[in-house]
Amino acid sequence: MSLLAIIKNGIVDENPTTRLVLGMCPTLAVTTSAINGIGMGVSTLAVLMGSNIVISLLRSVIPDKVRIPSYIVVIAGFVTIVQMTIKAFAPSVDQALGIFIPLIVVNCIILARAEAFASKNGVLASAADGLGMGIGFTIMLLIIGGAREILGNGSIFGIALYGQTASPALMMILPPGGFLAFGVLIGIVNMLSEKKITQIGCDSCGAPCKRNAENRG
Amino acid sequence: MAEQIITSFLAAVLIENFVLVRFLGICPFVGVSKRLETAVGMGGAVIFVMALASAITWLIQRFVLTAFQVEYLQTIAFILVIASLVQFVELIIKKVSRGLYDSLGVYLPLITTNCAILGACIINIQKGFDFINAVLYGTFAGMGFTLAIVLFAGIRERLELFSDVPANMKGFPISLVAASLVSLAFFGFQGLIK
Repeated sequence: MSLLAIIKNGIVDENPTTRLVLGMCPTLAVTTSAINGIGMGVSTLAVLMGSNIVISLLRSVIPDKVRIPSYIVVIAGFVTIVQMTIKAFAPSVDQALGIFIPLIVVNCIILARAEAFASKNGVLASAADGLGMGIGFTIMLLIIGGAREILGNGSIFGIALYGQTASPALMMILPPGGFLAFGVLIGIVNMLSEKKITQIGCDSCGAPCKRNAENRG
Repeated sequence: MAEQIITSFLAAVLIENFVLVRFLGICPFVGVSKRLETAVGMGGAVIFVMALASAITWLIQRFVLTAFQVEYLQTIAFILVIASLVQFVELIIKKVSRGLYDSLGVYLPLITTNCAILGACIINIQKGFDFINAVLYGTFAGMGFTLAIVLFAGIRERLELFSDVPANMKGFPISLVAASLVSLAFFGFQGLIK
């Protein structure tokens, strides 16, 4: 596969949010506005590219038995770098995303790509995969964040849209709105595509719980 | 003291419910809530690990990270502690009680990447709790998770049996919409504590 095809794969065919259905906590929690969605998306993109590159470089060094803990250490390292960078250069983003920045470390998109892609492919391909997946994630967070901000706050990127004529549905920027917006988004994507999403992406996730798939109920 | 514990309980379980208000632990909330009994098992495992992880990460923060002024290593230290703790607990339960392992152990590996656990540990430190309060908060947050997942499992069993859902919304999307309504209902608890 060419690098462009790998990037496109992450954005369209295997979009982490609407196709693989991974990393739902940040998808629901931080998308109260378009700008927060972008902030979270770009942070995840940075961690994903960094960890994919390093894991791909180390893939022949890491013993198979301890690969998951090794991946977690690499990912946690990049999360710490991103966390400190955001704190220093964008304190308002740090305020808005709060606890969800350190929690990027348990975002299953990153572990899933390390396990499913970076541990089997070369450095350039893994970097392209990280970039594509990160862009795909960012776009979906932007769409959900934008929709919730327009409906719940009557603005987009902080610019007021419909003034005093109508009062926004506050529910949309509160937690219930997150569930509703994401559910409707998946419904719309299902309507437009052949493959229907009916469950979360545990099968595409690389987490160690995979061996208990039959017990998941 | 008693009053403080009750307030903390109400806040963690109902008002700032981990799943429905704070959005932590969504993956197991959607993934393991298809049957009531698996939901109860998962809830039990989360309460246990969360209380234990709260205690151990609090000690690590106090006596290692703060003591040596390396607080920036918090994320790495905590996730490693949680991952090894889960493995350790799994080993012990397997050795000590086979019955407990069968009902609780299968959920343990799922918990390592459950962001609710790491989330609870970080919140404990951010809120500056002392040791007792940190463990209590971990336990209560686990109970809140259990309450949400058990309630939701009951709703989903009904949803699958009795409702006529459009093809494109079947399964995961309609559960999200149902979760939205449950979350809305939990807003009724907002005024409980002044």
